[in-house]
Amino acid sequence: MSVRGPQQVLELAKVSRTFGEGATAVAALRDVDLTIGAGEFVAVMGPSGSGKSSLLALAGGLDRPTSGGVFVESTPLAGLGLNELARLRRRAVGYVFQDFNLVPTLTAAENVALPLELDGTATKKARRQAADALRQVGIPELADRFMDQMSGGQQQRVAIARAVVGQRRLILADEPTGALDSTTGQGVMEVLRSRADAGAAVMLVTHEARHAAWADRVVFLRDGRIVDQATAMHDPTMLLAQAGL
Amino acid sequence: MSIRHSLLALLQDRPRYGYQLRVEFENRTGSTWPLNIGQVYTTLDRLERDGLVAKDGDDGEGHVVYSITAEGAAEVRSWFAAPVERTNPPRNELAIKLALAVTLPGVDVQAIIQAQRVASIRALQDYTKARRDTASSQRSGDTAWLLVLDSLIFQTEAEVRWLDLCEARMVQLAAATAARKTSNGVTEDAAPLNADSRR
Repeated sequence: MSVRGPQQVLELAKVSRTFGEGATAVAALRDVDLTIGAGEFVAVMGPSGSGKSSLLALAGGLDRPTSGGVFVESTPLAGLGLNELARLRRRAVGYVFQDFNLVPTLTAAENVALPLELDGTATKKARRQAADALRQVGIPELADRFMDQMSGGQQQRVAIARAVVGQRRLILADEPTGALDSTTGQGVMEVLRSRADAGAAVMLVTHEARHAAWADRVVFLRDGRIVDQATAMHDPTMLLAQAGL
Repeated sequence: MSIRHSLLALLQDRPRYGYQLRVEFENRTGSTWPLNIGQVYTTLDRLERDGLVAKDGDDGEGHVVYSITAEGAAEVRSWFAAPVERTNPPRNELAIKLALAVTLPGVDVQAIIQAQRVASIRALQDYTKARRDTASSQRSGDTAWLLVLDSLIFQTEAEVRWLDLCEARMVQLAAATAARKTSNGVTEDAAPLNADSRR
């Protein structure tokens, strides 16, 4: 197990997750070690059923491992009660889901401000931060729209604004570009990338290589295990030689 | 890449001498394809021999200036009008390697696919990073480099998707083979495609 430093935002240490028992038990994750530092963007790829979504659920405290430890900013999630866990999720962790999970009866700004207000932030301050987050994702003018007045791409931007609002240090995204066209999908990647560049730890689950390529590190899962990792070389002079140009 | 047609296209713009052509070419293509000056002069000689360009005196500093002829202009028009020919079928070492691997016993095809996938994703990461840096820098001449990077990104993405498909086929094939063996009463697992044995 690696040393938990101050820059380490997420650590999964020897994490396993098994569903069911006995002969019908299914191991979704087996002995996974993964750390993500501040400012690091990690993409997780793998075939269906490889454990990608299980990994994300554990990282965000939505599920608990069968064995092993999950640490968010050095806090072991196993030691937290349900209320403490919910509080940590609202304050430090932002999620982007494939199906947005937005509240249809609230406006864009209200949706984005919701986690802050639930956490006790005064409405005025929460709305100010929500407006800021909507600006970051490029749709400040849509703050007062309801969900049925927006396109899928716009709704997904609202969902991302909700995930990055306030001072979220860990952003978890599960196939966030699923239903979007390629230009809008690229916009989502730009937002995630800029949050990482601003110091957040970002974990993206995706099956799209072109989206995973925005990450600093790509982790490959198979049968619940990490089988490979790819890190960009960041050496543009090599690019042309590789491409045979 | 056709140096011949590229130089002709630049001469259609206006008469130029060799070194100017080289600089102009590199500026307009984001220095993506460095051109050596020897190639430029050799190409100009051939273009002149073929009647597509003509010497047009010098610029007063000893540089021989070339200008395009009517035949040369027609050649440029037909170059732009014609689609670039695909080499048919394109030589693809990866496809050849996999085609051979699936036919040979004892070769771990999944391991080959995964190793290639990691390499391709790494290249894709580099192209994506370069594209991001270029798009934010807004220098002149970057448009050509962006076009090239986009092309590389699409090609590499296609390769990864193809690898995913190959892998899915391997899994289906292994499952079908196993099912056939079971129905024949053979139970031992002799499928060479299963990469789990290495873990």
